[in-house]
Amino acid sequence: MFENLFVGIANGLRSLLGGLPLEINEAIVMLVKLVAILVFILVNALWLVYMERKVAAFVQARIGPNRVGPKGLLQTTADIGKLICKEIIIHKDTDKLVFMLAPMLVFVPTLMVFAVIPFGKNMAAIDMNIGLLYLLAIGSLSTLIFWMAGWASNNKYSLLGGMRSVAQMVSYELPMVLAILGVIMITGSLKMSDIIAAQEHTWFIFSQPIAFLIFFIASVSECNRAPFDLIEAESELVNGFNTEYSGMAFAMFYLAEYANMLVSCAMVTILFLGGWYAPFGLDFIPSWLWFFIKMYVMMFIIMQLRWTYPRIRVDQLMGFGWKVLVPLSLANIFVTGIGMYIYRAIGW
Amino acid sequence: MIENASALVEELGKKFNYVEINEQSTVIVPADKLLEFMQALKDDYDLDFLTNETAADYPGENKFEVVYNISSIEKGYTIMVKTSVNRDNPELPSVFPIWGGANWQEREIYDLMGIVFTGHPDPKRILMPYDYEGHPLRKDFQWKGGRE
Amino acid sequence: MIRTQEYNLNFGPQHPSTHGVFRILLTLDGERVVKAEPICGYLHRGVEKLAEARTYTQFIPYTDRLDYLAAMLQNWGYVMAVEKLMGVEVPEKAEYMRVISGELSRLASHLIAIGTYSLDIGAFTGFLLAFRERETTMDLLEELTGSRMTLSYARIGGVAADAPDGWLEKVDKFMDKMPTCIDEYDGLITGNEIFQARTREVGVLKPETAINYSISGPSLRGSGVDYDLRKAKPYGVYDRFDFDVPLGKNGDCFDRFDCRMKEMRQLVRIIKQAIQQIKEIDGPVIGKVPKVIKPPVGDAYAEIETSKGIIGYYVVSDGSPKPYRVHVRRPSFINLGYLDEMLRGYLVADVVAILGSLDIMLGEVDC
Repeated sequence: MFENLFVGIANGLRSLLGGLPLEINEAIVMLVKLVAILVFILVNALWLVYMERKVAAFVQARIGPNRVGPKGLLQTTADIGKLICKEIIIHKDTDKLVFMLAPMLVFVPTLMVFAVIPFGKNMAAIDMNIGLLYLLAIGSLSTLIFWMAGWASNNKYSLLGGMRSVAQMVSYELPMVLAILGVIMITGSLKMSDIIAAQEHTWFIFSQPIAFLIFFIASVSECNRAPFDLIEAESELVNGFNTEYSGMAFAMFYLAEYANMLVSCAMVTILFLGGWYAPFGLDFIPSWLWFFIKMYVMMFIIMQLRWTYPRIRVDQLMGFGWKVLVPLSLANIFVTGIGMYIYRAIGW
Repeated sequence: MIENASALVEELGKKFNYVEINEQSTVIVPADKLLEFMQALKDDYDLDFLTNETAADYPGENKFEVVYNISSIEKGYTIMVKTSVNRDNPELPSVFPIWGGANWQEREIYDLMGIVFTGHPDPKRILMPYDYEGHPLRKDFQWKGGRE
Repeated sequence: MIRTQEYNLNFGPQHPSTHGVFRILLTLDGERVVKAEPICGYLHRGVEKLAEARTYTQFIPYTDRLDYLAAMLQNWGYVMAVEKLMGVEVPEKAEYMRVISGELSRLASHLIAIGTYSLDIGAFTGFLLAFRERETTMDLLEELTGSRMTLSYARIGGVAADAPDGWLEKVDKFMDKMPTCIDEYDGLITGNEIFQARTREVGVLKPETAINYSISGPSLRGSGVDYDLRKAKPYGVYDRFDFDVPLGKNGDCFDRFDCRMKEMRQLVRIIKQAIQQIKEIDGPVIGKVPKVIKPPVGDAYAEIETSKGIIGYYVVSDGSPKPYRVHVRRPSFINLGYLDEMLRGYLVADVVAILGSLDIMLGEVDC
């Protein structure tokens, strides 16, 4: 019954609006879906901030937030409430238009990406046949926004942060895409649902372990999390691109970081962890919940990474990207190709 | 072989006829022989570590006393060398070429005491603002404003 | 040919990684440092001038404020200079109490040093783990002296009070636990691959340069120069303890960090031996000192090894109850003298790593 909960709701809505012309009917359903995703992301971002603080506390032998609400659950809400009340300071040398545009746009790429993510069986808002390409293309847009923020702030620290973000994007997008190529070679499709369907028996984490590692590292880097949080780097660049932001503008960047993490974890889940498929035949748990669990396991790992590792230096970051990840991902494609050839030759 | 600081000081007193040794085993050098003497200390006696350099103001005698505490890393002893400079024209050669450690210490002495070290690579104020007037550690320094 | 341009970056005084109000005016080429101009003095309080208007005893609390992380060591250096000037004998028990409280101070200071250093490198957890043990140290010091940071425990001729009942046992117990905690830091910070990549071969300080520039403390020993005053010319009762002086090999940031780590293990040994030996000693904790302290005319210079390096006090007396001149040789201040050359050619991130590895304390730098 829970399995088809959301699909059922969507169908119910469709039949409820049955009297309307088909196009309008579909448009309304789509709108509801997108709003649902929006709410989903925002609630998740709030929750993730809380979760991160609790994980940090857990790692650091502390208690963490425990005052606002039961177990401190409303801490983030209180923080956001405070930040909304605060003034957004725009100092006189900023490029005002770009400066304010950046925090407004920061959620856009994330929201757009979520449109193609299948949260469960038949649960993608749009199941595009070039879903993966779309996801990669839109996903890297967020760099542009960090660069906008860094540039418009007219602050040298922010500028350094913005420059780092571009450099980082260029050198980590490449191994990321190359790592995915291994998966695509096996599935032969860019469609999300096809990729998940191909993992019904074996998750790609087992058949493509190197690709998984590369993709995971690159995506941690893409969402600017430690040990790759160079564009923020509070101990050297004083929060880098968002040094000059205050109030809600800052909060937008802050929440967007978690929304980006959500995207990255969703991608890892789809590409390597078998999407919504239940492991060990545990089918009684609905598919969307499985997707969710897998996503949060990845999220927990990313958070642990952040609270355990020091920050890498900018030249080491570039060196690692170009000298280790890119060659490794190319080798992975090569090996995958040979492997597939042998596989077919045996005729399994 | 010189084993301890007092033996060293005794030896110095014999070798350099222009130095004076007082009862606390402090070596007193005239300002015009300072660099020559210090160079000899470093080259011939292994005193390679300028621990401390400071100055004290004696308006009664119209002089500044500049104090150097120099150690030997290898042998582990420290000697104190003093020199005096006239209060009206406080100028002293910098020991920076001999011991790099004098770099900030001499800047500090210049800043707070007003002794000019000739030959210092960067003779600027260090603790007080660059446009500050006066040298606070002098005994005749009067501060303006604030409470007494 | 691309035209590039150098630019200035104000690193501080309000910057999370300068450990206080310290400013470095960096001239950068991209992210690479071309020139660095350290600027200090934002915390200058004129302690040396203030001393001239205080009595000898009244100046002790001011020394706390120099290096407030290892206050006992500062007190100790000052009272040693005055004792030298007056020729006062310090009772044996007081010497042991000074060693125990001084080494506990050193432990607190080193814990901050390694904690903030891992924070500088970007690992926040190391910072909080170090604070956990520091808290215990602070509690112990509070029980002994009544104050957590500004201890003012040393007195001219001895220490303020004897240890409360059971305090020594508590310290002993804590010292039993400490090595495992240090193992934990080693596992989390020292052994980390990224940490090593960030700190090895960064900010290399050659032994000759370190000596020439009067750099002292773990920063000097990280370059492999064996010069610890506790060993080189033992003061107090340090000649009665068996301990090693940890040395580095390459003189890079990692060696300086590692020296502090290993020094913590050594000071645990020192404290344990001191507690063993103090139990056999009975007697007062303060020597025969006149009520009004009036040292004879003259001057004295005494130096001891603190957590940051060699602290030296030069005290001049004119026979009155107030010192005529007090000068403090502050290790943090002098260790910074070579910073410009050390930073050149490194990246912005290395600036933080190098500055952090010197372990400066701004209260001391600006005096």
